[in-house]
Amino acid sequence: MHLPAKKLRVISRKGSLSVVKKAAALFVILVFALAASAGCDGTPRTKGQAPTGVEPKAKDLILATTTSTVDSGLLDVLVPEFEKQTGYRVKVIAAGTGQALAMGEKGEADVLLCHAPEAEKKLVDAGIVTNYRLVMHNDFVIVGPPDDPAGIRGKTGVEAFKAIATRKALFISRGDDSGTHKKELALWKEAGITPAGTWYQESGQGMGATLLQASEKNGYTLTDRATFLAQKENIKLDILSEGGRSLLNIYHVMQVNPEKFGKVNAAGGKAFVEFMVAPETQKMIGEFGKGKFGQPLFVPDAGKQMDDLG
Amino acid sequence: MSVIGAGLVEAVRLLVTGDPEVVNIMLRTLQVSGTATCVAVLIGVPAGTFLALTRFFGRGLVVSVVNFGMGLPPVVVGLVTWLCLTRYGPLGFLGLLYTPTAMIIAQAIIAAPIIAGFTIAAIQAVSPKLRLQMLALGANRWQYLWLLLREARLGILAAVIAGFGGAVSEVGASSMVGGNVRGYTRVATTATVLEVSKGNFEMATALSIILLLIAFAITAALTYLQQRGRQPA
Repeated sequence: MHLPAKKLRVISRKGSLSVVKKAAALFVILVFALAASAGCDGTPRTKGQAPTGVEPKAKDLILATTTSTVDSGLLDVLVPEFEKQTGYRVKVIAAGTGQALAMGEKGEADVLLCHAPEAEKKLVDAGIVTNYRLVMHNDFVIVGPPDDPAGIRGKTGVEAFKAIATRKALFISRGDDSGTHKKELALWKEAGITPAGTWYQESGQGMGATLLQASEKNGYTLTDRATFLAQKENIKLDILSEGGRSLLNIYHVMQVNPEKFGKVNAAGGKAFVEFMVAPETQKMIGEFGKGKFGQPLFVPDAGKQMDDLG
Repeated sequence: MSVIGAGLVEAVRLLVTGDPEVVNIMLRTLQVSGTATCVAVLIGVPAGTFLALTRFFGRGLVVSVVNFGMGLPPVVVGLVTWLCLTRYGPLGFLGLLYTPTAMIIAQAIIAAPIIAGFTIAAIQAVSPKLRLQMLALGANRWQYLWLLLREARLGILAAVIAGFGGAVSEVGASSMVGGNVRGYTRVATTATVLEVSKGNFEMATALSIILLLIAFAITAALTYLQQRGRQPA
């Protein structure tokens, strides 16, 4: 009885080895079958090739930016122009400002376009970013249900926040360390309030999604004007509080310091910074949105000082 | 409902006019998810076959890991892949982050355990008596494997369909490692999320409808392969 069992095991050992080899060979055939089936299905045979053709690898430039510049459509206008002028291919990574700055801190991006001056200043002081330039601004607005249960209409930003907290009216926070979230937290701090409780909810999502959530739940939220205008027709929220220096939304462009991070595309980063503050680009920024929204979404500010805004 | 209706109209318009941006997004979707499925098949089917046919110490654990992998959260795959591929990460020297290749890697990692898991089940479902009979009839190992896979064809194509479904419907990992770069790594799912953020619900709905059509067409083709020549019982 012992012998056959042993023999069997030997056979299965040998078998298992060749199983791997032959199975591998077999499945190449299966893959071709799959590709062919996709082919007869009317799907393109160009599967393996990139439709865009040439891909200049060394010319890639990673731009980490906030969602508002993408969601508003601004970069869809500016980036192709930059690519045409310089031949770089820009990989726009739309994240919250917090993530964009973190990518800069790790040298994972080449150039940043953000809107949280205080957080950015730390990176400038630490020498992580250089070539820090003011690009443009617009403003934050506090939006909420048209019937305005907390009665904030016409109040300043800080007063409006105080009224919302007193009434415990629903407030939807971004809660994602974005530039808008940082601004919101600064306003709470200025109002002397630590927001907590069921009336204060964090969406953890981008501005567009957060506006939709606030609209569905009849809540208040802080938003940049550009994203609000882009989402306006989908939401039932009104601008209830606006204006004043504390609600300014200021965008800077900056290069990740190539002296700190050897892998950074230094020439590309510099070219993008120069592009953003060039007079022609500034003109495009000032014109952007007039067609679709009837008003410009951003005010170009290159060459100005932050203190001059407002 | 009006948005869905408008989306339907928009989808038809985009398809009829062959909108270059939409065509680019859909080609990219097929390229990425198609390649990822092929890679996953290359890994998953041999691995599944091997696990189904052999007995070794720790096999149970390996099969458990594969079955666990079938439900691998895509966002975890995305995060780990992203961390590995970043410039200063362990595989950063490859320069793959924010490329279609990075998305293919992530989607293949998601699809491979699905395909391997289904393959194990499919091969094991073939009657052991049939296996013995094949060998008794003098089949060599090559013929044996070939016949076995033919017998398990239904299950293995189901594995490929499930793997492709897992890859093409994935959004978290794709946007993390691909970056949703316009004209380069923007696929149907990530474009849909972006259009919602932009407030373009009609466009988002249209993209979804087109994605569904394409996914259905491919699944239908695979199903045809699967069911071909089968007589009603």
